[in-house]
Amino acid sequence: MAKDPKIGRREFLTVAGAAALAPAAPAAAQQVSATPSAAMAAATSPPVDEPLLTLTATEHAFFVAAADTIIPPDQLSPSGSDCGVANFIDRQLAGAYGTGARLYRQGPFPKGKPEQGYQLSLNPREFFRAGVASANEFTRKTYGKDFDRLNEEQRIAALKTMEEGKAEFKGFGSAMFFNALLQITMEGFFADPVYGGNRDMASWKMVGYPGLPATYRNDIRKYLGKTYDKPPRSIADFS
Amino acid sequence: MTTILKEVDAVVIGVGWTGSIMARELTKAGLNVVGLERGAKRMPSEDFTLPNVRDDLKYAVRQELFQDAQEETVSFRHSPSEAALPVRRLGSFLPGTGLGGAGSHWNGLTWRLLPSDHNLRTHLTQRYGQSAIPSEMTIEDFPVSYDELEPYYDHFEKICGVSGKAGNLRGQKIAGGNMFEGPRQNEYPNKPLPQTMAGSIMEAACKDLGYSTFAGPSANASEVYTNPEGLTLGACEFCGHCERFGCEANAKASPNVCILPNLLSDPKFELRNYAYVKELVYDRQARKVKAVRYIDTRTGEEYEQPAGIVVLGAFVFNNNLLMMTAGIGEQYDPSTGKGALGRNYCYQLSGNTVTVFFEDKVINPFMASGAHTTNIDDFNGDNFDHGGLGFFGGAIIAAGTTNGRPILTRPVPSGTPRWGREWKQATAKWYNHAFNIGASGCSYAHRENFLDLDPTYKDVLGRPLIRMSYNFRENDHKLVEYIGAAMERIGRAMNPTKISPAAVRRGNYSVVAYQSTHNTGGTIMGSDPKTSVVNRYLQAWNADNLFVVGASVFPQNASYNPTGLVGALAYWSAEAITQRYIKNPGPLMPV
Repeated sequence: MAKDPKIGRREFLTVAGAAALAPAAPAAAQQVSATPSAAMAAATSPPVDEPLLTLTATEHAFFVAAADTIIPPDQLSPSGSDCGVANFIDRQLAGAYGTGARLYRQGPFPKGKPEQGYQLSLNPREFFRAGVASANEFTRKTYGKDFDRLNEEQRIAALKTMEEGKAEFKGFGSAMFFNALLQITMEGFFADPVYGGNRDMASWKMVGYPGLPATYRNDIRKYLGKTYDKPPRSIADFS
Repeated sequence: MTTILKEVDAVVIGVGWTGSIMARELTKAGLNVVGLERGAKRMPSEDFTLPNVRDDLKYAVRQELFQDAQEETVSFRHSPSEAALPVRRLGSFLPGTGLGGAGSHWNGLTWRLLPSDHNLRTHLTQRYGQSAIPSEMTIEDFPVSYDELEPYYDHFEKICGVSGKAGNLRGQKIAGGNMFEGPRQNEYPNKPLPQTMAGSIMEAACKDLGYSTFAGPSANASEVYTNPEGLTLGACEFCGHCERFGCEANAKASPNVCILPNLLSDPKFELRNYAYVKELVYDRQARKVKAVRYIDTRTGEEYEQPAGIVVLGAFVFNNNLLMMTAGIGEQYDPSTGKGALGRNYCYQLSGNTVTVFFEDKVINPFMASGAHTTNIDDFNGDNFDHGGLGFFGGAIIAAGTTNGRPILTRPVPSGTPRWGREWKQATAKWYNHAFNIGASGCSYAHRENFLDLDPTYKDVLGRPLIRMSYNFRENDHKLVEYIGAAMERIGRAMNPTKISPAAVRRGNYSVVAYQSTHNTGGTIMGSDPKTSVVNRYLQAWNADNLFVVGASVFPQNASYNPTGLVGALAYWSAEAITQRYIKNPGPLMPV
């Protein structure tokens, strides 16, 4: 399905919501660059994004913009969000990982040393909810807009500030948030496509990872020092 | 309400490598044995099958096969003066759970210790003088020598079908094998794995430098192999999914492949899954463990299983926890040096690397097994003169590739940003053109590195967490700097396009990044009941029917992956039980 690059989910929801609540609020309509007819087109031909399980539209827009800044489109691969990274994050945070599987959550929760690892009471879903809110608050204060409304140069600068721990966050440091964001973005980009990211095995093609079935009993000698010339395959290709 | 069950001859706690070995040997000797395993009955034919066995996110990242930290973890601090906090998400080490334990998701490196690792304190004292070992370095001799343990190493290698090449066959040194190893009676059961590209580059560079390389001993079978149990391992497919994964080819040695098929079909053995052992019932007067209490995790019901012999075969932390909560022995106190339980907790100096990049060479890191290394032992243990160096011990140095799974493995030159356009270009360029030279170093006991019970945090059964007090010490810091310089020399001799400076474990120990699951000690073996918890047969000094197996009995940790020694000691202890203890139950060594 074609995707209108001008209309993200957040705009679509804003416009569609405004249309439903006619008469439209002029302020909301002015926020988007799309014309009313484009909004109507979007209504009949929704974006390729999968339906969301847990993220709000604002959070989804953040993860789309972050994924596209961390993994920008070029000749090597489509952008992070076009590879499904934001959908991957939505599914991960809606599932067992997001709700705190394998995370010891008994208190008390005093602050520890960095070497003692994660010591917050938040599960990953709650952590990212708080972190995205802080990130948007930071960019509103610095640039006057939510993160996803910034141009690329501003988004890069904002992420760098967070990475360096210099953005003011509530509850935990911005570097901690950035590291978690980077980790889950890379997971979405490189994991098997079965989880909703790495669409068309884009990242595997980018680096030359053959995926499955990974049975190289004879190939280990045949391809010693030579490029493996077979296209990648994923779990779905064997299911 | 606790249901008291009918007494059995022996009960085994934890059915991983050690539990499987002990249960198998005890049933073969005619005993009725119950195996208590807290996790599921994990069977390769059901659980480790294509295509999902290759799911990198599920197994390597979300830690599907490991102990669930929600149920049980440890707390951690750097020194006794600090407050410990729980390890909320497992990172630095990843204990196993379920049938087969960590034996189902290890890499497969199967070593023997050097003879001088066995009698470490005596050896260093003889070579460097009475006062050479600092007082805070509380290293000990293993109370069993290399020569005594040789037949048991040999047997465990045959059970696993280890692929390798001898470097010392009955005293004759053989190039191409590890010429520093102790004399072995037999060649490895399988020939070495085919060398990887990284390994061949390593071999050429080391030859130029005058070091002798050999293939790391690998429990990934190079050929189809039938072990002394009559069980058959498949030939390794070099799929690059060993550590953290099960093996669908049955080529990686595991209890599930190498022992359990026979044990589970033996009517003298009963496996109880979802049996989470809560405590040992200790009779201080009789110096016996009378029974084991466990929770059926499906119902929450508590059972008490009386047994003539109790084998404690859980991971290091649980072996310590169950002995500490039962009060079997005196808790170690670092301020007085008194007490043995929890003493000499050690780890390993893992994750030290130099990364080399070659524009014109194709590495194919994804075609590999987990134990697919080309090694040198020139800088290991006391294989080099430590006079004037200010530290003891050394490291195994290896190059090779174990996987190319790109969520976690995608090297880029140092200085590359972690994200964005430049990161993408570097990742695409170097993914298939780089590998690590790695080193794993000895971890020698320190007076203030120890285990005890946490006063604050509890596990899912309401028991205190094990509290780990641990940090890298001066010996460790000097050791890794020395080894880092050696790795850089080797890296430069490879003439790479780019080389990253040695990334060694500097500063404080951190529980966040994975290092190794080679945690050891706390219930150490020794010759003196004042400073050790079990005797040379792994029999508890304070409970003659309790045998503790696993790396918790190591008085300190050598640089090698511990499973070879863990397996050998299990067979050694099992023989003492079946040949001596059963006939005449009581202390096997004078207390």
